[in-house]
Amino acid sequence: MTLRATLRLALAALVRNKARSLLTMLGIVIGVAAVIVTVAIGAGARISVQSSIDSLGSNLIVVQPGSVTTSGARSGFGGASTLTPADGMAIASLPGVASVSPVVTVRTQVVAGGNNWQTTVSGVAPTYTFVRLQSVASGRFFSQNEVASSAKVAVLGQTVVDQLFPNGGSPLGSTIIVKGAPFSVIGVMTPLGQSAMGQDQDDTVLIPYTSAMERLTGETTVNSLLVSAASSDDVDLAQQEITQLLEQRHRIVPPQGDDFQVRNLQSIAQAASQTSAVMEFLLAGVAAVSLLVGGIGIMNIMMVSVTERTREIGLRMAVGAPGRTILHQFLTESIVLATIGGFIGVAIGLAGTALVALLARWPTAVPFQWVVASVVFAALVGIFFGYAPARKAASLHPIEALRFE
Amino acid sequence: MHVLSVRDLRKRYVLGESAVQALDGIDLTLERGEFVAIMGPSGSGKSTFMQIAGMLDTPTSGEYLFEGADVSSLNADARAAIRSRRLGFVFQAYNLLPRTTALDNVELPMVYAGVPDAQRRQTALEKMTLVGVDRLADHHPNQMSGGQQQRVAIARALVNDPALILADEPTGALDTKTSADVMRILARLNEEQGSTIMLVTHEPDIAAYAGRIVTFRDGRIVADVRNDRRAA
Ligand SMILES: Nc1ncnc2c1ncn2[C@@H]1O[C@H](COP(=O)(O)OP(=O)(O)O)[C@@H](O)[C@H]1O
Ligand SMILES: [Mg+2]
Repeated sequence: MTLRATLRLALAALVRNKARSLLTMLGIVIGVAAVIVTVAIGAGARISVQSSIDSLGSNLIVVQPGSVTTSGARSGFGGASTLTPADGMAIASLPGVASVSPVVTVRTQVVAGGNNWQTTVSGVAPTYTFVRLQSVASGRFFSQNEVASSAKVAVLGQTVVDQLFPNGGSPLGSTIIVKGAPFSVIGVMTPLGQSAMGQDQDDTVLIPYTSAMERLTGETTVNSLLVSAASSDDVDLAQQEITQLLEQRHRIVPPQGDDFQVRNLQSIAQAASQTSAVMEFLLAGVAAVSLLVGGIGIMNIMMVSVTERTREIGLRMAVGAPGRTILHQFLTESIVLATIGGFIGVAIGLAGTALVALLARWPTAVPFQWVVASVVFAALVGIFFGYAPARKAASLHPIEALRFE
Repeated sequence: MHVLSVRDLRKRYVLGESAVQALDGIDLTLERGEFVAIMGPSGSGKSTFMQIAGMLDTPTSGEYLFEGADVSSLNADARAAIRSRRLGFVFQAYNLLPRTTALDNVELPMVYAGVPDAQRRQTALEKMTLVGVDRLADHHPNQMSGGQQQRVAIARALVNDPALILADEPTGALDTKTSADVMRILARLNEEQGSTIMLVTHEPDIAAYAGRIVTFRDGRIVADVRNDRRAA
């Protein structure tokens, strides 16, 4: 019997029992939909982590103060105040480094006219725009001279502009008050959107780090140094140079531990995407188990179906169907069911994914190979779990089958 | 040529300790164009003989020539192939596929015989016309009376132009009037189309339509007579 004829027989039998067919494929539908949704969520998270880290620049190296031990109690990283602008300048002259910006952050209220807003004020150098791969949308960034003179100038993130200047006029030339000191607005940064951690990267005010140290923190140290390696291939090298240099400058001798920490975003990115790839596989594994359960459902209902259709099988055999053809018909039925179930599952999975993206605002991505893989897997489940019922049907004796009540 | 010829055919059913000799040496020859009724009390081996003659089962011993070829020891696939091309079955319980149109039911044997689509449809309609159920082509079995279902089943038995039509108590589930209708159709097929028919019944009224009446008892043939005054 030809494949086409077998397929038509199977389809006719499935159509004849629509309700049971739907019930049989339900497990597969749910399983495949689960695979698609979990994979889409996992892959979406990975891609968004990767892309926001990419947007930070793969050359980026972050130097932070190390932990500090005060009477036996160790603070976390960043607890020590050991990094100075001078460390930054020394790092800037290393061969593997392109540029450096100190970062001094203060979380405080800023006021403009009748509006005020709690935001992060960061003291940085003009090199910041280069290191962060961020540009100025309007106005200009502050200059080296303004850093040298601790000028009271500020460049705003878009969120701060929206909050302090809700009427929509250009904030350029306006004055904002930070901790009692007036800063004149000279520029607005291009929006970056959310970071990988869900932070609003545009909720920021940038001022010269010298001004931040003098007027806001009153300290001689900085919170971190953002370093841009000369090339993305030299990130590891630059990281080593920075570590050596700072150990020298901070006079650290073994077994004393470093009072600073150097991390590069590339390795963080790799770790993050590896973690989420593992998660993705685990989730898909769980979903695959539900597919197997769906397969067992197919087997159960096909078994019942074979019993219910014993007389039909007997008749088909009596009018000339060999056992092999009966086997093929039932096997084809379960493969077709499982495959159709797979396609419906993909459709529902895609819809579910769209819903997750819409309602939970979660980034999603449906890798095409997973769509193909889950439909193929569903078909394989159909073959595997359809075999036993098909075998049972084919091994019936026509006389007994015809006599079956 | 003989359509069917059996010599010393025996069938023994073994069920654990006990055994039943369902057929105990049957000798019978059927010529092309014959219409034979098999009678006999319940348990005399009529159905067992029909199943072996219809190649749904194999004899324990004995010789079975079908259209001149020895078929007593063919394997299941080879028997299925002969059933699909040379035999037609009519059952007491009609055995039409549920939720399937009469036309599709009649086409079924041709599906397994590998007849192309278009020809299948045409042949099925032809045979349905022959037994007068062509206007029921689109009906499902549950929309038909017992007599209509049995006539559709007869059309199904005809589609492969079988050498032999086997009917085990085809009127067993029908009332007297409908039984007579069905028997007239079989008799007409025998006379006009030359179909060879072997039918089991234990009602003399039904057997009266056949040209030859064979009587079974305890797995043997105890009478084999011509019926010259056939009912019509
Ligand atoms: N599959 C079977 N297994 C065991 N015994 C059977 C089987 N089929 C029929 N028999 C026995 O064989 C004998 C003949 O049965 P059967 O051919 O059905 O008779 P009839 O059709 O004339 O009533 C009976 O005794 C019956 O019980
Ligand atoms: Mg019987």
